[in-house]
Amino acid sequence: MPSFRTFILAALALSLMATQAWSTSLPDSVTLNQNGKLYKPFSFDHAKHISLIKECSDCHHHTTGTLVTDPNCVRCHANSSPTAVVSCKGCHSSTPFSPATLAEKREAKGRYHLDKIGLKGAMHENCIGCHSKRSQGPVGCQECHPRTKDGDAFYNADKQARGPAAKHAKSE
Amino acid sequence: MKRRNFLKACVIGGATITLGKTNKGWASGSFEGYPEAMGVLVDTTRCIGCRSCEAACNKEQNLPEPETSFTDKSVFEENRRPTSTAYTVVNEYEKKASEGPVYRKIQCNHCNEPACLTSCFVNAYTKTKEGAVIYNPKICVGCRNCMIACPFNVPGYSYESATNPVVKKCILCYDTRLKNGRPPACVEICPQEALTFGHRADLVKLAHERIRENPERYYDHVYGEKEVGGTSWMYLSRVPFDKIGFDTTLSNDPIISNVKDFLGMVPMVLSIWPALFSGIHLLSKKEGHDDHGHHNEPGQEG
Ligand code: SF4
Ligand code: SF4
Ligand code: SF4
Repeated sequence: MPSFRTFILAALALSLMATQAWSTSLPDSVTLNQNGKLYKPFSFDHAKHISLIKECSDCHHHTTGTLVTDPNCVRCHANSSPTAVVSCKGCHSSTPFSPATLAEKREAKGRYHLDKIGLKGAMHENCIGCHSKRSQGPVGCQECHPRTKDGDAFYNADKQARGPAAKHAKSE
Repeated sequence: MKRRNFLKACVIGGATITLGKTNKGWASGSFEGYPEAMGVLVDTTRCIGCRSCEAACNKEQNLPEPETSFTDKSVFEENRRPTSTAYTVVNEYEKKASEGPVYRKIQCNHCNEPACLTSCFVNAYTKTKEGAVIYNPKICVGCRNCMIACPFNVPGYSYESATNPVVKKCILCYDTRLKNGRPPACVEICPQEALTFGHRADLVKLAHERIRENPERYYDHVYGEKEVGGTSWMYLSRVPFDKIGFDTTLSNDPIISNVKDFLGMVPMVLSIWPALFSGIHLLSKKEGHDDHGHHNEPGQEG
């Protein structure tokens, strides 16, 4: 079946390309929050994290580095290979609750991973989760990404804390 | 007083001071709520208390400027309630726990069978098919029945106009987002995805799945799945729910089913509603519970 063979060859070629692309494009730094409105984009020091953590899969769970060890994941993924796309946004949607995403989830009733966290949640939980667990690295919002002017307005940043008595609107 | 005696007393009281009759329809959705109702699952194990949801709600709902910045963490010194100027607030609990504190976002829970709706004698409230409990401020006469009826102490009152105070509360961003299928502003901004938006029926399954997969992370209960007949906003927690300010004495019956039948027979008058519903609020507690005024217990505010 020539068409099938062509398909296999094409797939092989693609996966080779992907592996190559991965090994050549391992970035030293990544600009995150590129389209941020309330917080500025910032540079994430990938090289430093690599040298500190060494194990890729600590962050890039199951897509690269040591493959899955979580007993729950191993049930299906014991023999899964690293994925072609390693970046978070390859799997985690930036619009996890859009009508389109919700409709798509509803269609895919048999899918196991119906509770896949969105991109923003995945990144914050990964970073803040690890930083708090190790008591190392920033956990406050502005320690990673300073606010923009719009952000200052959004959070009413000009309104300083004034001590306990004046703190909140009267309950009713 | 036994429940039956209380109800009987109300019936007699109501009958003797009858002035008019309400012909309210008790169409607040089926017991499970609307099948297509949306909801939000709040996973308090993910919340970091950043208060971004409060800021987002403030802007989305055009609420007045806060007294202090939304980055002010000193607000956690008190247990706050939603108000007419802040439809949602985040509180801090378990302050001394070695695993760190627990944060809990509070807003209207958008009950399947809303007590606010059934208590409103001018029909200002609507439960939409999308699950939102909304209200028409033009119809509201400011009688505050809904405030008394709500098992979670949610509705706030705005006194901007002294002659016409109106109810104000979270509307699940119905006008600006929900009715177009978009997630609420607070959900969209949450950095931790502590708030998961989706069909309520799906969220119930998903919540139980999270507990099943991570039994060490979660206390085995989904608050709001069954309480008062179920709510569109539901919660997961690391610790038992009474430790983070939830009223765990509420029964699984909707507030209204306690009184539905007899309300149908009794012509109601405005004067007895507040008393009646504060009574019903108390009756909705699980039987046998020693109810010593949960309103006044610190850290136990519904
Ligand atoms: S939480 Fe209170 S205000 Fe909200 S729908 Fe339920 S009864 Fe009404
Ligand atoms: S759903 Fe909308 S109105 Fe309700 S708390 Fe969230 S932002 Fe505010
Ligand atoms: S935005 Fe999310 S993480 Fe921040 S306080 Fe609100 S619910 Fe918690």
